[in-house]
Amino acid sequence: MACNSATCQSGGCYREDNGDKIDDQFPQPPPAVATESTQQRLSNGKNSDSAFCIKCKLKESMAAAFSSSSASAQVTGGGGGGGRGGASDSSPYCGDCFRSNLYGKFRLAVTSNALISPSDNVLVAFSGGPSSRVAIQFVHEMQMKAQKNFDASRDRSLPVFGVGVAFIDESSSISIPAEKFSQAVEEMRLVVSNLAPPVKEFHVVSTESIYSSDSNNGRNRLKELLNAVADVTGKEDLLVHLRMLALQKVALKNGYTKVLLGTCTSRIACRVLEATVKGQGYSLAADIQYVDARWEIPVILPLRDCLAQELNILCSLDSLKTVEVHNDHHSGINALITSFVKLLQEENPSRESTIVRTAGKLTPFHFNRMPEPDDCNMQLASQRRQKKYNLKPNESLPPESPCRICNSPLKKSDVKSYKLENQIMSAEDISNGCCTSCQFQILPKDISLLEHFYSLLPPQMAARGEYSCLGEDRWLREQIQDCLLSDTEDGT
Amino acid sequence: MEAEEVAAKPPKGRFCTICNQRRAALKRPKTLEQICRECFYAVFEEEIHGVIVDNQLFKPGERVAIGASGGKDSTVLAYVLSELNRRHNYGLDLFLLSVDEGITGYRDDSLETVKRNEIQYGLPLKVVSYKDLYGWTMDEIVKLIGLKNNCTFCGVFRRQALDRGATLLKVDKLVTGHNADDIAETVLLNILRGDIARLSRCTSITTGEDGPIPRCKPFKYTYEKEIVMYAYFKRLDYFSTECIYSPNAYRGFAREFIKDLERIRPRAILDIIKSGEDFRISTSTKMPEQGNCERCGYISSQKWCKACVLLEGLNRGLPKLGIGRSRGANNEQSKNAKEAKGIDSIQSKQCGTLDF
Repeated sequence: MACNSATCQSGGCYREDNGDKIDDQFPQPPPAVATESTQQRLSNGKNSDSAFCIKCKLKESMAAAFSSSSASAQVTGGGGGGGRGGASDSSPYCGDCFRSNLYGKFRLAVTSNALISPSDNVLVAFSGGPSSRVAIQFVHEMQMKAQKNFDASRDRSLPVFGVGVAFIDESSSISIPAEKFSQAVEEMRLVVSNLAPPVKEFHVVSTESIYSSDSNNGRNRLKELLNAVADVTGKEDLLVHLRMLALQKVALKNGYTKVLLGTCTSRIACRVLEATVKGQGYSLAADIQYVDARWEIPVILPLRDCLAQELNILCSLDSLKTVEVHNDHHSGINALITSFVKLLQEENPSRESTIVRTAGKLTPFHFNRMPEPDDCNMQLASQRRQKKYNLKPNESLPPESPCRICNSPLKKSDVKSYKLENQIMSAEDISNGCCTSCQFQILPKDISLLEHFYSLLPPQMAARGEYSCLGEDRWLREQIQDCLLSDTEDGT
Repeated sequence: MEAEEVAAKPPKGRFCTICNQRRAALKRPKTLEQICRECFYAVFEEEIHGVIVDNQLFKPGERVAIGASGGKDSTVLAYVLSELNRRHNYGLDLFLLSVDEGITGYRDDSLETVKRNEIQYGLPLKVVSYKDLYGWTMDEIVKLIGLKNNCTFCGVFRRQALDRGATLLKVDKLVTGHNADDIAETVLLNILRGDIARLSRCTSITTGEDGPIPRCKPFKYTYEKEIVMYAYFKRLDYFSTECIYSPNAYRGFAREFIKDLERIRPRAILDIIKSGEDFRISTSTKMPEQGNCERCGYISSQKWCKACVLLEGLNRGLPKLGIGRSRGANNEQSKNAKEAKGIDSIQSKQCGTLDF
């Protein structure tokens, strides 16, 4: 079906050429410098256009390098990495231009959304996979550059942000052979320590640590909690929520100010479809922006514009070590969606981007902005920056309440108002405090089991209050400070 | 067919979970409840009645045309609607409206079914054909443009054809048999193809209220599988072959996916529709402005309505006109219009002379 959308790139809107940007950028014949590669090209008799990087037009493009050499692009150790695939995994850029293009996307995301400021202490979540490996690498490069500037500057005014790495140990919930696991952890520790100075601390956090009690009790409660979830997809999603709680806990404990995830375009495309299919259309916009400030430590997604394929290519290009901790087998609905998106991407390589761009047009929430920093100068600078990139201004709408389990904003009409009597949660209260999706796939069907289930929840979920927007409140208060007659809100 | 395997005998002694009197004969696709046939008919019909009432789809005394293709959705729609009209006194005047696209081996057979429906349900029938309205049959169109964009032509032409037929019948409203699976597929398709404007509209149960003929979809929450089951058990007369040109449609991807999804979690189809309704889409997002086509007067957001653009392409042997991204389409159109008026006015076949 033809559509009027100028941006539609579906196979149904047929054009002679693929509408792929790359096609429009076929290079002019390279400069007549008698370099070895030029002579090689001439003698090859290959189509001169595709052999050279389309950007710098000097070096050989990776696609040409792939097809001319019998060995494929360097493959890194461990699973999950590398351009082992066919020619589709290589690129019309040369290695250097590819790397700088990809890093450029990362840097643009960080600067235009004020993701990292000099006073920050950033915790990078590392799963062992290629996306988070590249996240670590890029953050490290950014930090090195900042350090160099700091050393070179005379007045040392802008400090260098700190970086740490965290790995979430889920071995109590997912079965992993102990030896393989400890070996994987050691490899990851090595990766982090091999990154040149500044030194980055490597934290290993187990999921059960989100329970404040001792580890054994925590492990048992966690096991019982997961066993109480009957739906396969629900269990997987619950683990994802617990993972975030663990990250928040380690970030809080160690004084980090930002949590950085390596979530890429491809992952977000899957997330969009997952949310649609689970009835989470209302809250979808909350999970897919650069900034997610619902949490005590804001979460940032600077790799949002990078495709998984690009990250894989970079890992193999630069021999970035990735570690496969466990076979990341999604099951149920999430697995179906992953294979569906893969199928669509094969049919049209811009499909993932189109999905994310469509979802990007949904209205984000008030917590999808970086909270205002305290420092007055920083505030003005960030305001200027936000205006420059046309970020939406503050909406003066009342904030939504969060779902107890997944922390997603509840649609007003879905929330039945309830009053807490003496702080005792009835089964109905528990159910009403969760979104319809969590109610269906995570909470037990049997109402009599609800209260026990509630007792198994980690404290952060059980005591989930309203979204904290402390920064905003403080800023608003300062505006009207001189007109307030009392120090507290209720006028005492 | 799938309905047959569902009707297989459950464990002995299992009673219907609703009435607890009769033996359970089937598993309900939407909820997986095991119920008897009579209770299935009852919940199926009453759910649709609920949708009609909750969304205030009809007013007493209205003349309503049912888009009838002869397929299972429209046959069941005609059957259930006339039944509910009687049972709950909607006070509606019902008609059957059918579109003949001119596809041999498909449409000519299904039209026979509709003619039988006319007699079986006692509803007057009107048939409008592409040949009469546009001067082209789908077979002729496919011969010219091939198999890649034919669904575009057919869909655009059919929409107008239904409106023209409805006007001829002097009806107040049009109902179509779009079911929950169709709407879920459309939501997914719009996400995949970047069509945020359509995404905000596609879950509405009533559309076109500001246009010539409003149309509604009473089957919005009804599963395709249940429609099949209903038609099967009630032995309704319908035509069950897919359009011979459809295998290449992009919608096929979404359909396959939804079929797999339904197997894992049946309620996901309704969840997709709920997500579609809940998407936070800014009303300030640039939406197309509504005007009228310069050539035929039909409702249109561009200078010419899509049907006129496509028709112009067909008549001038430019099959790609109106397909794909438009680059300064308006300039092209006005240029074409000037040419057309001067030279081709005798040769080109107009959309039709109905004023809207």
